Amino acid sequence: MAGVDRLVVLNRVSIIQPLPLAYRDRLAKIPGVTKVTFANWFGGVYQDERNFFPQFAIDREHYREMYPEFVVPDDQWQAFLGDKEGAIVGEALLERFKWKIGDRIPIKGAIFPGNWEFNIRGVYRGRRPQDDTTQFWFRWDYFDERKPFTKGVVGWYVIRIAKPDDAVRLVKVIDEQFANSPTETKTDTEKAFAASFVKQMGNIQLLIMSVGSVVFFTLLLVTGNTMAIAVRERTRELAVLKAVGFRDGFVLALVLVETMAVAVVGGGLGLALAKLFTLRGDPTGGLLPFFYVSPPSIAVGLGLALAVGLAAGFLPAVSASRLRVVDALRRI
Amino acid sequence: MVSIDGRADSKSLIRARGLGKTYRRGGEQIHVLQGLNLDVDASDFVAFMGPSGSGKTTLLNLLGGLDVPSEGSVTVAGDEITRMSGAKLTAWRARHVGFVFQMYNLIPVLTAFQNVELPLLLTGLSKAERRSHVETALAVVGLDDRMRHYPRQLSGGQEQRVGIARAIVADPTFLLCDEPTGDLDRKSADEVLDLLDRLVRDHGKTVLLVTHDPRAAEHARLILHLEKGVLVESVTASPPR
Ligand SMILES: Nc1ncnc2c1ncn2[C@@H]1O[C@H](COP(=O)(O)OP(=O)(O)OP(=O)(O)O)[C@@H](O)[C@H]1O
Ligand SMILES: [Mg+2]
Repeated sequence: MAGVDRLVVLNRVSIIQPLPLAYRDRLAKIPGVTKVTFANWFGGVYQDERNFFPQFAIDREHYREMYPEFVVPDDQWQAFLGDKEGAIVGEALLERFKWKIGDRIPIKGAIFPGNWEFNIRGVYRGRRPQDDTTQFWFRWDYFDERKPFTKGVVGWYVIRIAKPDDAVRLVKVIDEQFANSPTETKTDTEKAFAASFVKQMGNIQLLIMSVGSVVFFTLLLVTGNTMAIAVRERTRELAVLKAVGFRDGFVLALVLVETMAVAVVGGGLGLALAKLFTLRGDPTGGLLPFFYVSPPSIAVGLGLALAVGLAAGFLPAVSASRLRVVDALRRI
Repeated sequence: MVSIDGRADSKSLIRARGLGKTYRRGGEQIHVLQGLNLDVDASDFVAFMGPSGSGKTTLLNLLGGLDVPSEGSVTVAGDEITRMSGAKLTAWRARHVGFVFQMYNLIPVLTAFQNVELPLLLTGLSKAERRSHVETALAVVGLDDRMRHYPRQLSGGQEQRVGIARAIVADPTFLLCDEPTGDLDRKSADEVLDLLDRLVRDHGKTVLLVTHDPRAAEHARLILHLEKGVLVESVTASPPR
């Protein structure tokens, strides 16, 4: 989802501290930087706290060019530029609240108090399925004009760099440029920013990963145990197969194929459910809008399921293939 | 002809020479079989009797290539199976031996037909050929009307007859039956024994039967007793029927 040629410049103190608007021109002058834009987090409430969606006050001059993955028709963008109270909304958001172009949307400011009202002038859609279309954009100039205190500051800058390979160097150059000033910066690649943003939202990624890992290993144990029991229960049957003349390798494959089939059917069901669950959009109500089960994720999921089957079936399969018919048939 | 003196001519189908099996339990050695000789001709029907623990199952396992002896040799139809490697022995079993077990040992998730078909999956037979073989085997045991039944839908006697059909379907050189009637009531047991009789008499099968039941043993042409690790002949059983 992140553009590899974009860096995000934040206030070193924290993500909610602003940066001076004056930094825009200084950033633009740095060699290797090809474009600069900025935005501000708004954090207002539409009707009810539960209707959360991200709202950004955006730089009307360069924001659109900075994000080619978000597509806004030209006429709608012109209408947006022509209306101070104009807004552009993502198509998922439009769909979610059954809005349409021309609607007037009241939003109660939380960080920036007051009742704000915006006119929907356009809709953006994502070029790729994973592009987040739950955002609400309105004009930063209007925002700056209306808000009661500290004018002339922005939430963060987004810059485009000429060469993605140059990112590490530029991050240093930028942060050094503003070092020892009253407002120091912290620059990161957009990808790292997105990750740290998620981190700020309660370490959700870590949470999901740890829950996922625990579930994964529990499944491994459960599947392995189930297979071990299944093999033990079927000791006789497996022994009969061998007595009749089936080879050890066949018995090994039989057990492995069975566990893998079980794992893949289970994994496939799980993936299908996950896909269904996210098909209608992000299930977290905008909190983590990048929920999307992509074909590569499905492939990884199936791969993991196969790996579980293989790992869980391995020991039982080996013990089944090593089984001595004579001993197995003696055991009742 | 069956003989146990180790002097029979080389034409016998199954021949054991100086067969010994020793188990080691803890520090002590248990000599279950010791210097056992046996010759069985094709189309013979032999019963083995003996007290529990005398080594009857051990003997069958050695003759059927399921286990290897501590000493001595087993030769079947000219092949010395006690010299074969694991994989070769497995292939040999598939080709030459039909096993019938006391516990039937049918696979519960397979129908009677599929259980009988199992050994044929190891052969190069086509589906149609397999079908006709299975149908013939099930007809021989009188269960051609139960092909689609699962083991749990059959009586014990019927299950055992399916087990016998499975043992004979690939037309093995000989049948090894370890207490095939041990779990059956008298009537079912008689049905199974009559079936074995017919297999010998009408189909020329060679059958080696282990049993505790003297009435079952009487179906054989010869009853041999296992005593102190070797076979001894008892009074001749009923004449060939
Ligand atoms: N794997 C083994 N390890 C140690 N001893 C064994 C093993 N298998 C069999 N024996 C011993 O060998 C002896 C003969 O066992 P076998 O099963 O051949 O007897 P059996 O005549 O078939 O008895 P039953 O009539 O009860 O079936 C028994 O004393 C048994 O405990
Ligand atoms: Mg026994």
